[in-house]
Amino acid sequence: MKLTRRDAMAALAGGGSVALAGCGGNEHDPSLPIDDVAAVAEAVYPSEVTGYQEFVETYIRGRSRGATGYRQALDQVAADLNAIAREWFNGPLPALSRADRDTLLREVGADTAEPRPDGTLAERTRYYLVNDLLYALYTSPTGGELVGIQNPPGHPGGTASYHR
Amino acid sequence: MSREASGRVDLLVIGAGPAGSLVARDIAVAGHDVVVLDAGPRFENGRTDRMEAHLRPDRGPVWPRDPERDAYTTDGRHYPLAASRVKGVGGSTLAWHGMAPRLRRRDFELNSRHGVGVDWPLSYVDLRPWYARAERALGVAGAADAPEGPPREEPYPMPPFPPSASDRILAEGAEQVGVATYTAPNARNSKESEDAPACAGYGTCRPVCPSGAKYTAERTVTEAEAAGARVVDRAAVRRLHHNGDQLTGARYTTPTGEHVQEARHVVLAAGGVENARLLLLSRSDVFPDGLANSSGAVGRYFTDHLFAGVGGQVDKKTRQHHVGFHTTESSALYDEVDPVVGIKLEFLNNAGPTPVGVALSDGSWGDELRDRVAAAYGGHLAVGALIEQLPDPDNRVRLDPEQTDDNGDPVPRVEWSLDDRTRRGIERANDVQRAILEAVGAEVTWTVDSETTGPAAHQMGTTRMGTDPTESVVDPDCRSHDMRNLWVAGSSVFPTGGAMNPTLTIAALSLRLGDHLAGVLAEEKR
Repeated sequence: MKLTRRDAMAALAGGGSVALAGCGGNEHDPSLPIDDVAAVAEAVYPSEVTGYQEFVETYIRGRSRGATGYRQALDQVAADLNAIAREWFNGPLPALSRADRDTLLREVGADTAEPRPDGTLAERTRYYLVNDLLYALYTSPTGGELVGIQNPPGHPGGTASYHR
Repeated sequence: MSREASGRVDLLVIGAGPAGSLVARDIAVAGHDVVVLDAGPRFENGRTDRMEAHLRPDRGPVWPRDPERDAYTTDGRHYPLAASRVKGVGGSTLAWHGMAPRLRRRDFELNSRHGVGVDWPLSYVDLRPWYARAERALGVAGAADAPEGPPREEPYPMPPFPPSASDRILAEGAEQVGVATYTAPNARNSKESEDAPACAGYGTCRPVCPSGAKYTAERTVTEAEAAGARVVDRAAVRRLHHNGDQLTGARYTTPTGEHVQEARHVVLAAGGVENARLLLLSRSDVFPDGLANSSGAVGRYFTDHLFAGVGGQVDKKTRQHHVGFHTTESSALYDEVDPVVGIKLEFLNNAGPTPVGVALSDGSWGDELRDRVAAAYGGHLAVGALIEQLPDPDNRVRLDPEQTDDNGDPVPRVEWSLDDRTRRGIERANDVQRAILEAVGAEVTWTVDSETTGPAAHQMGTTRMGTDPTESVVDPDCRSHDMRNLWVAGSSVFPTGGAMNPTLTIAALSLRLGDHLAGVLAEEKR
């Protein structure tokens, strides 16, 4: 099941903290940790999901626009995770296999940590990466379809589907 | 913006929720000077951020509260006051569900019909034209399909939302147990209007509608300001001033200082707890029991609706959480007399957990999480209910003798309990709810009963309306018996509360109050 830019735009509309104008374009911002976030997405999203690179790029770019604090925090948690990835797995996060990324996330404690924006690495990973990505997925039309709902809460999918 | 007082105005309104804003709008439209003071902030934009805060447990509160400003105490059954209201421009309509039914004829005649509670000093017929205006003001979507529903003189201003997939499932069970259903009236746009878009289906109506399709009093505040009313936020009114016979104004505190707003008339519209609290806070040597309280009824007869519910699961898709509002309800039990307790059944469209809620709380991820979310979303069904609570003088709002708020004023103390009649009403609702679910083959998995029930955040009764000044606080025009330039708007004037969500009745009474007050002001200026 392929995530699309439209899914990302829908998730951004649900997140709402950014201006959407321009998010649908193709400009690439090399300073954003898109590859790192996409690598985490591949680990935490269901295996049949594809297209997360474009989805993540659109989502993160939109989320970052005008949100300096968010962007700095995202950069920091990505850098911290990459440092551990290099130390434990001899390579940056995007170079690891899906299984190794999963192991890394669990080893740092992101599977049991409370999501806290200013907490430990595990807590920040849960907050800025795992929860942010899960929120984006499960409030999108494609994420909803995965679990049987065409218009999941958080997605402005209109009022037709509820009475079908 | 300046939060200094204006010169003496025709009308001071305290509270910028639906009651206060409707009165303010109509008095301003009539050409009079109006100032509105609200203790809370003006919540600017950011509605989708607030929705995310609701859907993500790791985010802040949807409508931030101030623990010192909003402090309270309770005695008896715990009453979660701070969580059941919003202080700010728009008031609790910012977070309300948007259900907008009229009271039924029986609700105005409870004592005459059944010998319990009290009658209203108004009849349904008296209020009917004001209900129609209120439905237009709030943009109510509905259908006149309620069996034996209160008579209507015109269609709803908005076409109805169709029944949901789960409504159709539950309607079969309801029919089997003899419960007739009808379209729930909703104060949200089923189609685009001049002042708001059509519902976008975000599914988070309560506590926040990101699209603006759900009515909030912000809409009326905008109209009031366009008509010339001045609305001041973060302005906590602490005392009403008087000269012995009349109110002269009010003292209020803002982040930058203290001010006195003088006014010819004052409308108290701060909600079912704060209306009473402010009158009690304004006690003096002349009025040691508080202002407008010669009856001793200020703060007494505090009532709410109780929630009762039964939920379960079936082996088919029930399509929950596509929208955040209910589309079907029933008053089949409303007029029963054993016990005499109004019961309104609601067929929920948000039974069971949301996918994103499970995803963010489960702790797993990947395929495992997908499977868990799908399994948890499942085939949930639920029937809720609002249960009437009859007025009891011992259920009351007082000033706490020990605890004070951020301004050093005594906090409200809510003394509240349930009587056997209310408990029996809850049990009766549970029996029928369970029968409906079992009739459709559901496995019942949870019940909110008379032990686990909680209030529906409908605070009523603390400045009750009546014709006898020794037993009531305001007259049928919502005007104080004691201070004739003091008016009270909102559910605090309800003598009884029925079992219908109160906001439409609040709006109808406020529009009626505004009409009377406009006439009084015009007469005074003649």
